[in-house]
Amino acid sequence: MSREFGFETRSIHAGTQPEPVTGARQTPIFQTASYVFHDADHAASLFNLQTFGFVYSRLGNPTVAALEERLASLEGGRGSTCVASGHAAQLLALFPLMEAGAEFVASTRLYGGSITQFGKTFKKFGWQCRFLDMDDLEAVKAAVGEDTRALFCESLANPGGAVSDLESLARIAEGAGCPLVVDNTLATPFLCRPFEFGADLVVHSTTKFLTGNGTAMGGAVIDSGRFDWSKSRRFASLSAPEPAYHGLAFQETFGDLAFTTFSHAVTLRDLGAAQSPMNAFLTLLGLETLPLRMERHCRNALAVARFLETHPAVAWVSYAGLPSSPYRGLAQRYLPAGAGSVFTFGLKGGYRAGARLVEAVALWSHLANVGDSRSLILHPASTTHRQLTAAQRQAAGAGDEVVRLSVGLETAADLIGDLQQALDSLP
Amino acid sequence: MQQWVYSDALILGILDRVETIALVGASAKWNRPSFFAMKYLQEKGYRVIPVNPGLAGQELLGERVYAGLGEIPLPFGMVDIFRNAEAAGPIVDRAIALKESRKIEVVWMQLGVIACAAAARAEAAGLTVVMDRCPKIEYGRLHSELSWGGFDSGVITAKRRRLKVAWS
Ligand SMILES: Cc1ncc(COP(=O)(O)O)c(C=O)c1O
Repeated sequence: MSREFGFETRSIHAGTQPEPVTGARQTPIFQTASYVFHDADHAASLFNLQTFGFVYSRLGNPTVAALEERLASLEGGRGSTCVASGHAAQLLALFPLMEAGAEFVASTRLYGGSITQFGKTFKKFGWQCRFLDMDDLEAVKAAVGEDTRALFCESLANPGGAVSDLESLARIAEGAGCPLVVDNTLATPFLCRPFEFGADLVVHSTTKFLTGNGTAMGGAVIDSGRFDWSKSRRFASLSAPEPAYHGLAFQETFGDLAFTTFSHAVTLRDLGAAQSPMNAFLTLLGLETLPLRMERHCRNALAVARFLETHPAVAWVSYAGLPSSPYRGLAQRYLPAGAGSVFTFGLKGGYRAGARLVEAVALWSHLANVGDSRSLILHPASTTHRQLTAAQRQAAGAGDEVVRLSVGLETAADLIGDLQQALDSLP
Repeated sequence: MQQWVYSDALILGILDRVETIALVGASAKWNRPSFFAMKYLQEKGYRVIPVNPGLAGQELLGERVYAGLGEIPLPFGMVDIFRNAEAAGPIVDRAIALKESRKIEVVWMQLGVIACAAAARAEAAGLTVVMDRCPKIEYGRLHSELSWGGFDSGVITAKRRRLKVAWS
């Protein structure tokens, strides 16, 4: 079993045996839309989901499947579904759980794009999202119940650096009979594996650290295989007969393979957000060096955070790896190998200083992304969090004075030197 | 819950050696797991003999259904039990009794079926026992097919797999 191999070994090998037909050692990019059936009976078996195999790349593709297996292995899950982006992954994770009129509960500290997706766009499907401060466990407990379809949080929040108390949230979700869904994008499975703390589903934007160099959009949903979808009537997509497959009930027929099978055979079939094989290949390449990169990301981030704490233009630094962070204790518990490399700091000069700093740096790229080998800088209030109200921005840790960094893999002294000259230049 | 650990080599050895499987608890409903498993194993070249007293004499996926293991008039190397743990005990005992006459080597109990006392009796009688596994999933897992669905097969290797080539 792969669990006996170390994380580094699985980062390179899981899902990618030598290709048996040609012996190709690197994973081929299966750039094909469709796949030949052996005969009519084989085609029927595939369409009935009675056998494993590929039909059409909207539902599954060999290069994408290799990435799915590798991510399932790294997270310690049963299976995974890779999709076109992190946002598509969030849609895919919730789709089997939700229906018009149903409610799920999400953290106010989510990535701003997620707050917009959940609060505005999902509303058009009739999905209700209730946002809560998930540091307040009593409030979460009081808010969930028999009708709650999911609890959704980030293990390490973008950009505020908040760390979720996963074990406590998992217990609350279990008590309410709903799954805990964790966006593990900023932590990556190298730093945190939410299934070890009781989470049921994990989502990723693979666009970030997993690919690691800003080359490919992608997302993933990983299923632990542990949630019993048939325990209540809430999750009919997985527990009740599915008309489009002649009355097959997914959990009854597929057991712990049900969620991932449904995600390919129904959700991807009908929502269509398939990942391209080229992008899956780039993410597979990136994953080979994930452990090495994350170690260096964390080391550089700590050095930059420590420097910022000493600079007179800086009001505060919110990095869970610093002793000053209120999330230090949770970080030591859930992210013992490092608190990642995305964090925020506040400028005494407010909005104008923030907008100016991003122009004054020369080695930090001013752009909207995180998790690149290059160091990135952003002023959320004027960019990614623009669509939110001032109160929402504050709750998400993206107030006017806030600057977000994604610390890359360059020489730490060079990163600090460039920030220093830019901070010194602020009026 | 206790996990039973079987090496990949043991499972592969069984799947390579066995040619005929008696499937106890066969279903005629196309969307039942036992039907899925039977059809899949047939596609992989196994002869699968369905056993179900309620369907005895009927035909299922091209094979005649028998009422019990003792009624099957030919050797079968493996018994695959698609019944709950309570029902599994007497079926295992029947397999032990028929071991010589039907050349039975393996008793396999499906996912979720755990019958420790019966398993111990079978092992004492010289049978190989697998519990709490599905032969379809294990076959798929060890031949990369489970991986096609996005699942973790647990297989990590730098060896190149040999393919049996056959045109269809
Ligand atoms: C934490 C987090 N979740 C989800 C997303 C959305 O991912 P994508 O941009 O790949 O759709 C992002 C992207 O910024 C993110 O940072």
